[in-house]
Amino acid sequence: MFKTGSIQSHLTLRDKIFSLDPILFFSVLIIGIISMFAMYSTDGGQFAYHTKSHILRFLVFFGLFIVVSFFQSNFWYNSSTIIYLLILILLIFVKYIGLTASGSQRWLDLYFINLQPSELMKIALILFLAKYYHRISTGDVNRTRYLIQPILALIFPVILVITQPDLGTAFLIGVGGIIVIWLSGVKFKFFAYLSIAFIAIAPVAVSFLKPYQKARILTFFDPGRDPLGAGYQITQSKIAIGSGGLFGKGFLNGSQSYLDYLPEKHTDFIFTLFSEEFGFFGSCIILLLYIIITYRLVHIGNIVRDTFGKLYCYSFATAFFTYVAINMGMVLGLVPIVGAPLPILSYGGSSMMAIMIGLGIAMSCKIHKDQTIG
Amino acid sequence: MIRSTGESKVRLIGRRMFIISAAKAVIVLGIVGRLISLQINESKKYKTLSDKNRFREWKFSPPRGLIKDYFGKEIASNKQVYQLHIVPENSENLEVLLFRLKNILELTEKNVSKIRKKINSQKPWDPIIVSDNLTWSEFSRINLFLHELQGAEPVVSVARLYKEPSSAHIIGYVSKASKKDLKTKEYLKNKIAAGTRIGKTGLENTLDSKVIGDVGYKRYEVNAFGKRIREISIDPGKAGENFRTTLDLEVQEISSKLLKGKSGAICVMDIYRGDIISMVSSPVFDPNKFVHGIDGKSWNTLLKNRDKPLINKAIAGLYPPGSTIKTLSAISALENDVYNPKKVIQCKGSIELYGEKFHCWKKKGHGFMDMREAIKQSCDIYFYEVSRLLGIDRLSETAKKFGLGQDVLENLIEERSGVVPNTSWKKKNIGKNWYLGETLHAGIGQGYWQSSPLQLCLMTAQIANGGFKIKPRIILNNNEKDNFDDLNQFIEDKKLFSGDVESLYDFIAKYKYKSLFRNPENIKFVQDALYGATNEPGGTSYGSRLTKDKFVFAGKTGTSQVKRFTAKQRELEVKNEDLPYEDRDHALFVAFAPYKDPRYSISVVIEHGGSGSKSAAPIAKKVIKKVLEKHDLRESIYSKGYIA
Repeated sequence: MFKTGSIQSHLTLRDKIFSLDPILFFSVLIIGIISMFAMYSTDGGQFAYHTKSHILRFLVFFGLFIVVSFFQSNFWYNSSTIIYLLILILLIFVKYIGLTASGSQRWLDLYFINLQPSELMKIALILFLAKYYHRISTGDVNRTRYLIQPILALIFPVILVITQPDLGTAFLIGVGGIIVIWLSGVKFKFFAYLSIAFIAIAPVAVSFLKPYQKARILTFFDPGRDPLGAGYQITQSKIAIGSGGLFGKGFLNGSQSYLDYLPEKHTDFIFTLFSEEFGFFGSCIILLLYIIITYRLVHIGNIVRDTFGKLYCYSFATAFFTYVAINMGMVLGLVPIVGAPLPILSYGGSSMMAIMIGLGIAMSCKIHKDQTIG
Repeated sequence: MIRSTGESKVRLIGRRMFIISAAKAVIVLGIVGRLISLQINESKKYKTLSDKNRFREWKFSPPRGLIKDYFGKEIASNKQVYQLHIVPENSENLEVLLFRLKNILELTEKNVSKIRKKINSQKPWDPIIVSDNLTWSEFSRINLFLHELQGAEPVVSVARLYKEPSSAHIIGYVSKASKKDLKTKEYLKNKIAAGTRIGKTGLENTLDSKVIGDVGYKRYEVNAFGKRIREISIDPGKAGENFRTTLDLEVQEISSKLLKGKSGAICVMDIYRGDIISMVSSPVFDPNKFVHGIDGKSWNTLLKNRDKPLINKAIAGLYPPGSTIKTLSAISALENDVYNPKKVIQCKGSIELYGEKFHCWKKKGHGFMDMREAIKQSCDIYFYEVSRLLGIDRLSETAKKFGLGQDVLENLIEERSGVVPNTSWKKKNIGKNWYLGETLHAGIGQGYWQSSPLQLCLMTAQIANGGFKIKPRIILNNNEKDNFDDLNQFIEDKKLFSGDVESLYDFIAKYKYKSLFRNPENIKFVQDALYGATNEPGGTSYGSRLTKDKFVFAGKTGTSQVKRFTAKQRELEVKNEDLPYEDRDHALFVAFAPYKDPRYSISVVIEHGGSGSKSAAPIAKKVIKKVLEKHDLRESIYSKGYIA
C-alpha cells in the first residue's frame, strides 16, 4: 500500500474537468436554465428582482458546484466533522441572533447573503455520518455504544431546527441522517423501535406545534376543511396543476400564479407554476431530470470503491430524491404542506447552496474515485 | 486506514440501497399517477375552477320597461337617480369612510349598522348601495369630498317613477325582492342584480318577467384579492319591454279626483273590445314610496287606514251588487220564460212571504208596477216576485254567464272572484240548505252576493253590447290580432241582423263570439228599461242624466246593505247618514253610454256612500261625459293600428 491521505492531487485540472460526470453536469445545468424561466414567469413576465437574484445565485453556486468537485474527496472526508460542528454552532447562533421572518427564526445575516444554516445541515449531517460509518467496522454498527453518537448527531440539529420553528427542514435533515444509518446496516429492529418511539412521542410533540402547523397537518387530511384558510394553498395548487392539462397554458400564461392565487410561488410552489404553464408533459420532463440526477448520483456511488464515498453518494442521492418527492407530493396534495423547497428550481440561496455543495462533493467522489480515503 | 471488513460492508450497503431504489420507483409512480389524475383525468374540472378564480362578474340591472296608457303617456316611467355605492375592498379604512359618509349624508346610527351588517354578509368586492336615491345636494356634496372617500362610488342610475297616483292600484309598484320572491318567482333567477326592483302588485307584478329586462354584466379578470386587473367583456343587458295599456290616463285622473275623500272604485270598459279604459280605486297611495323602501311609519299608516288604500277595490273589493243585479234578474226571468214583463204587481212598501216581512226601499210603496217600471224605479217588491218565480239556481246561472263570480282579468294576483250564491254553493260553503227567503234577497242583490266593481262593469258591458261575451283586457299586445278591424262596420252589420235571432247568432259566431242570450229582445228590453231609469222622471238616476244627444246614457243604481235594518230602526226611520260609518250602505251605479249605439260601460262603487242615486250616479255621469268626449280621439288611434 502506498502513502495515502495526501491533500495534493496527482490529477491535473484538465483531468478533473474531463472526469466530471457529463450527464449529471448537464442535467443540473438544464434544470438551472429552466428555473430561470420559471422565475421570470413568477415575476409576472418581467426581468425583476427574483429573476435577477435567482440567475446570479445559480451562476455563483453552479460555479461552487464545480469548485467543490475539484477538491479531493479525502478533503471532504477529513473536514466533515469540522463542517458539521461549524454548522451546528451556526444553528445555535441562529437561535440568538437570527433574523425572523413570517414567525420563524431561520436566517443569519452575513451581509452578502441571508444564510439559512439548517439547509446546509442537510448536507453536513450526511457527510458526518458517512465518515462515522466509514470508520467503524460492520460488526460494531449494531452495538448500542456505537449508536449513541449518530443518534445524538442527528437529534441535536433536528431539535434546533424544529424550535426555529421549521418543521419541513427539520424533517428533511432527519430523513437524510436516517438514510445514512439505514444504509450502513443498522438492523431493521432499531428502526422499528424508533418508529414506535416516534408514534409514542407524536401526541406530545403535536401539543408543542404552533397553531398554523397543526392546521396544516389537519388540512392535509381534509383539504376542504377550510378552503380559504389553511386549505387554500393546497386547493389553489391543485387547481393550478389540474387546469394545466396535458400541455399547459403556455409560458407566462399561468393564470393561477399570475393572478396571485398561488402562495409562495417562487419557492415551495414553483413546481405548481411550471406544471400549470407546461402541463403534464412539462411536469414529466422536470421529474425525469430529477430522476436522472438521482440515478447519476447512485451510479457514482456504484463506481466509488470506498465506504465513505458510497455512503455519501447513496445517501445524498436518496436525500435529494426525498426533497423532490416531498415537494412534489406537497404541491400535488399527497403529503402535508411542510415547507420544503424543490432543489435548484425553487428560489432560495441557502437551499441552492446546500444542493450545489452536496452535488459537488458527490462529483468530487467521482473525480477522485481511484484515491483511497482515510 | 480502516478497510478490514470492506467487502462485506460494500455488499451490505448495496443491498440496502436496492431496497431504497425500489421505494423510489414506487414514489415516482405515485407522483406520475397523481399528475395523470390531476392533469389528464380531472383536468376539465380544474380548468373550470381556475376560470372561476380568474373571472368575476359585476351585474347591474337595466332600466325597467315603461308602462304607458293608450295614448302613449307614461304611467310608470323611469327617472335618473343619484346613488352612492361603496366597494369595501377598495377602501383603505372602512370605519373612516363610514364615519365620513355618516356626516355628509346625515345617516342615522341605524343606517350605518345596517350597512355594516351588509358589508359583513357579502364579498368585499361586491358593491353595497349606501343610498339609492340621493338628492342633488347630497350627490354634489359627495362629489366634492370624493377625493377623501376612497371606496365610495357615486353612481348615476335609473329608478322607477310613477308620475301620478291615480293608477297606483292597477299599475302596482316595485320594491326590493324579498327572500320569498326569490324562492317562488322562477323568472327572477337570472334577472336579479344588486338593487334590482321587482314588481310586487298590479301590472308591475303581472308583467314583471318582461318589464324587468335582462341584467347586464361587466366581467373582469381579478387577482386573488379581488382587485380588477382588466375588463374582459361587457354585456349591457337588455332594457325591459315597454307595454301599452288600454287605460286612458286622463280619465284615470278625473275618476280618481271624483273619488277623492271617498272610499270606492270606478271601472270603465269598452263594451265591444273589452278594453279597460279606466280602473281606479280610492283612496290612493304613493307608489313611489315603495321604490326606495317605504319607511315603517308610512307603511303602518297605510295598513291601519280605515279605507285600506293598498287594496285595489276595483278588482279586490267585493260588495253585494244590490239593485244593479235586477238587470240580470229580469234577463234571467225573461230568458227562462218564467215571467211576463207585462205582469203588474202592486207595491205597498212591504210584503209578507214565508212568514217573513220583506221590505221595499220605498216605505210608502211604488204602487202598480210592470217590469219596466220596476227596473226604472228599482222596486224591490216586484223583484221579490220575479225571483220567487225564477229561483236562485237559474238566476245564478245567468249571473255567471254574464261574468259574475269569476276573475275578469288574467294574472292579476290581487283579483278576487267573489260569490254568486246558489243552493249547491250554500251547501258546500256554509253547509246549510237554501231558504226560499234567501232567494228573494238574492233577487235584489243582497245576501250572499259578492262581486267586484270590475265584474259589474263587465256585466253591464255585456248587456249593453247586445248580449255577447267579451274578453276584457288591459294590456295591448303587438301580436294580438284585433278582432275589430272595423268596429263600426261590425256594429252596423249587427243592427241588420238584430231582428232575426238565427242570423244574429250566426253573425256573432262568425266573429268567434259567444252569445249570452236566447232572445235578443230580452236584452233590448232591459236596455230600454235602464234608459227609463236614467232618462224618465221617476227613474232612480234621473237626477244624474245627461241630456245632450250624444251623451245620453242609461244606468241602474244600487244600494247594498252592509247591515240589515232592524225592525226598530225601520220604525224610527233611521236615516243612512245617521248610522255609524261602517254600517252605512254601499252606493253602486252601473251604466252604459251612449244609449243609442252604446260603446262604453261603467261601474261606480262608493263604500258606505249611502244610496246609489245620490252618491254613485253623479260621479258616473261626469266620468261618462269625459269618456264620450274622448271617444273620437280614441277611435282615431284604433283605426291607425296601435304600436306599443
